[in-house]
Amino acid sequence: MSDTTLPDIEAPQEQTAPRPRSMTLNMGPQHPSTHGVLRLQLELDGETILKCRPDIGYLHTGIEKEFEVKTYQQAVTLTDRIDYLAPLSNNLCYCLAVEKLLGLEIPPLAQWTRVMLTEFTRLNSHLVWLGTHAIDIGAMSVFLYCFREREDILRIFEMYSGQRMMTSYFRIGGLALEPPRGWQQRVRTFIDAFPSKVDEYEELLTKNRIWIGRTRGIGYMTIEDMLDLGVTGPMLRAAGLKYDARKNFPYSSYDQFDFEIPTCTEGDVYARYQVRVEEMRQSARIIKQALEGMPSGRWTADAPHVVLPDREKMKTQMEALIYHFKIVTEGFRVPAGEVYQTIESPRGEVGYYVVSDGTTHPYRVHVRGPSFGNLQAVPRMVEGTLIADVIAAIGSMDFVLGDCDR
Amino acid sequence: MLPESLKEQATAAALEAFDASAVVSGKFDRGELTLEIAPEKIVSVCGFLKYDLKFVRLSTVTGLDLYPAEPRFAVVYHLLSLEGNERLRLKCLLPGADPQIDSVTEVWRGANWFERETFDLFGVRFRNHPDLRRIMLPEDWEGHPLRKDYKITGPRV
Repeated sequence: MSDTTLPDIEAPQEQTAPRPRSMTLNMGPQHPSTHGVLRLQLELDGETILKCRPDIGYLHTGIEKEFEVKTYQQAVTLTDRIDYLAPLSNNLCYCLAVEKLLGLEIPPLAQWTRVMLTEFTRLNSHLVWLGTHAIDIGAMSVFLYCFREREDILRIFEMYSGQRMMTSYFRIGGLALEPPRGWQQRVRTFIDAFPSKVDEYEELLTKNRIWIGRTRGIGYMTIEDMLDLGVTGPMLRAAGLKYDARKNFPYSSYDQFDFEIPTCTEGDVYARYQVRVEEMRQSARIIKQALEGMPSGRWTADAPHVVLPDREKMKTQMEALIYHFKIVTEGFRVPAGEVYQTIESPRGEVGYYVVSDGTTHPYRVHVRGPSFGNLQAVPRMVEGTLIADVIAAIGSMDFVLGDCDR
Repeated sequence: MLPESLKEQATAAALEAFDASAVVSGKFDRGELTLEIAPEKIVSVCGFLKYDLKFVRLSTVTGLDLYPAEPRFAVVYHLLSLEGNERLRLKCLLPGADPQIDSVTEVWRGANWFERETFDLFGVRFRNHPDLRRIMLPEDWEGHPLRKDYKITGPRV
């Protein structure tokens, strides 16, 4: 007989409290209304969300590392790929940062063209947002109307740069090419008709009872929460905070334009819709002003060590040939230092932190994507609401996962 | 110690008055103010900046690898004050072996993901962080890609 004793087996206790009836649901990464590859782990009780855990990183491509092996000018092409709905905003922010390090003076024609085209980018991005957001909520036809106008904008980009999406049209020191002949006509045709197109979208949605029912009071957040969580852009303005980098830290001659910063106070999905629609009207105003007052002159800075010389000069002048050879083979040196440049992209605050060690390659480039900061607020916004409202709520954030994961 | 040239910068002077030992050095370059903060003081400094000087928004947290220099890592914070319409950059230098710093998530909840990203890509550990996991790369990834000694080419076949 061994003296080992068997452990006492306890009788199963009677359950007093009912077990929590929660279940876990994966929304994404291949869910059509997450606009890319966002995965939300939702813990549900019936249809109510108890907990939400966003999971990102599916589109991480190491762009920040790639900056370190490109020359400054080559790296412009990387910035397009970060936020593929607002490539020109990213181009602009990166160029402004490097130009600040170089201390370059950009001629007025280039500055105004930059303003005009980044406003076109804002229209482009807001149109995609409006179309897809409406489709998520169930309004099919708005999508078709929005993409009709977007097509015109992409044609304008193509006219300028030869590319529809990844334009890389802004370069360090100015623009890649001279503005094309006859651009005024194309831009005027578009911009004269555009405000009436915005009226069309509003007719479809603004007083639509289903639209209001799905968006009013949904996805509400306070300004304090949003500031604390790093939310920027139209979401903040929809809660009543009048902050816009174009007014607060004017760049690229935005201070010479007359426009308003639209705000709402409700801070819900409907308010974000109202703010973005009004932003489209204001962008149209800016484009009109740029069209009418476009200065003349050079489109690149007077900096032969940075800007490639004209073909004509390169073939006739020794000095231009030397500069051309130096820039193409090794790039240009940027004085050591660090800058953090921000602009107002369609989604919020884009920031480029560029560190130079005095060589021809950036030592470090950090991109603050607005979608990254905004997505952090998803749990705060959706916890406690219904699962059907998640679609409306995250749609109203207008994020781009490429911008978030980089 | 704050350099003499920065004494007339209101933010730098206020921080110096709050805690003279926290500010290691600073510079004002191209219109941007950078203050180097002693790493062990970062949370109290950030609390002061947020609640007293109204730097309500943390724009971004990121890292910088100064390899092979020592101290090797810098954690860089960009702050924005809406009232003063002012930006500020804070920098903390950390040693190359086992870089650690206190998390500022208790000051700004939004620091959470930015610190996770810095941890993921640089390997800087944030103490007292509520959820310090990799964010961009898979959980089982080896190494920290934004370090300067990270191999960027594979073996030749």
